[in-house]
Amino acid sequence: MTELATTSQAKAVHKAFINDVMRMPAGEKIKICQQCGTCTGSCPTSYLMDYGPREVIGAFRAGMIDKVVKSNTIWLCTSCYYCTVRCPAGIKITDLMYELKRLGMKYDLLPRSSKNPAMTKYFIDSVHKHGRNHEVELIGKFVMTKNPGLALKFTGVGAKLFFGGRLPLFAKNIRGRDELAKISAYLEAEEAKIQ
Amino acid sequence: MRYLYYPGCSAEATGKAYDISTRALMAKLGVELRELDDWNCCGATSYFSVRELDSFAIAARNLAIAQKQSDDDLIAICNACYTTLSKTNRYMNESDEVFKAVNGALGAVGRTYDGTKNVRHVMDVLINDVGLEAITEKVTRRLTGIKVAPYYGCQYSRPMGTFDDPEFPTTMDELFKALGADVVDYPSKVKCCGGMMMMTKEDAALRMCHELLKSAADKDADVIVAACPLCEMNLEAYQPRVNATFGTHFNIPVMYFTQLAGLAFGVEPSKLAIDKQVVSCDGLLAAIPA
Repeated sequence: MTELATTSQAKAVHKAFINDVMRMPAGEKIKICQQCGTCTGSCPTSYLMDYGPREVIGAFRAGMIDKVVKSNTIWLCTSCYYCTVRCPAGIKITDLMYELKRLGMKYDLLPRSSKNPAMTKYFIDSVHKHGRNHEVELIGKFVMTKNPGLALKFTGVGAKLFFGGRLPLFAKNIRGRDELAKISAYLEAEEAKIQ
Repeated sequence: MRYLYYPGCSAEATGKAYDISTRALMAKLGVELRELDDWNCCGATSYFSVRELDSFAIAARNLAIAQKQSDDDLIAICNACYTTLSKTNRYMNESDEVFKAVNGALGAVGRTYDGTKNVRHVMDVLINDVGLEAITEKVTRRLTGIKVAPYYGCQYSRPMGTFDDPEFPTTMDELFKALGADVVDYPSKVKCCGGMMMMTKEDAALRMCHELLKSAADKDADVIVAACPLCEMNLEAYQPRVNATFGTHFNIPVMYFTQLAGLAFGVEPSKLAIDKQVVSCDGLLAAIPA
């Protein structure tokens, strides 16, 4: 049973990936990847990745994109866009990484080792609450739940930042902060109609 | 010259000095900045990781407000805000589906946006609107003998390369040459600092910052100037962590380019928030000829 469920989920992830990528501007260019590896060679974090950017496209072609989604790869992308500006085929590889992050979130296929998905979620929580990202709240929540060791390492610099007025305790709420939730709700309802 | 101004979330916290110095510098140059009314977070890279259309739509809320508020171009200072807002424009223009979805979502909150608001980086405005000629004329305290290492970071000109080259940008070099500084040419000026990974994967980000700092130090840089709050924070506030990890002794002042440029136009250091830096800038200030 487990085997079957995994297979159907793999199929679902694969299908969702194709559908989403083909809807992106210039998404169809993924078809002309010639596996040259310029992306992986340009990536500042590929040395840490389970699958480098070139292998991500290779794995997709081999029907293994679900394995990539579960890997540490996508959460090590820093959005530096080196791969995107250098790809001779014009593939927007950074956008593919975002798509894979979204699938990881949607299908709950997050690598346990990565703290990045939590950071992303907290960031969005903060923006939905205030309309802006309240950095102190974000860093505080992240450090407390995911990386308590960081608090100790950072005490000295934290104090300097605090006394320099660079860590304000209170958030500024924008007037139209309910608009962001309404925007999200609208888009979610639209997506539900398509599916 | 008049512009709408989008400070971005960091400008209210860790990147406060960027906001303070931008306002002081622009006032000195006779450029009027009017803050965008009730702006929201651009979404940065995090929103792209949840739903693509959400990220474009919340960025577009800012652009819709800007269009309603004035015909002036919209200036962003943070590289990530600049890229996210510009990318939203580009994708709305490249894809009917994105355009329709964004406007549907904006319609739900009584707004509309046609995809045409000009988004500019503050450096673009300095170089191309104010101009190097006017800048050279207005310098009152030339940065003679100061070795400046411009650090562009990633989203300054990547992916779009709108006002500068994506792989070899030179605008910050040109600005500081015009201000009389010795601009340091070093290989890492567009390499990634690790960004948000400093929180989530510290060892990797420290390694990236170490490489950047070493590369600037090897060329005897007196100061590194940045154009992005995350870059500035990583290179400055994490220098002690880099030193502890790699056994180095870096003590290089890192500041926003608007802070150092402000000094060259005679703005007081305290009005540029230079006293709030983590790495002391006292030695640097003393080295700038009066």
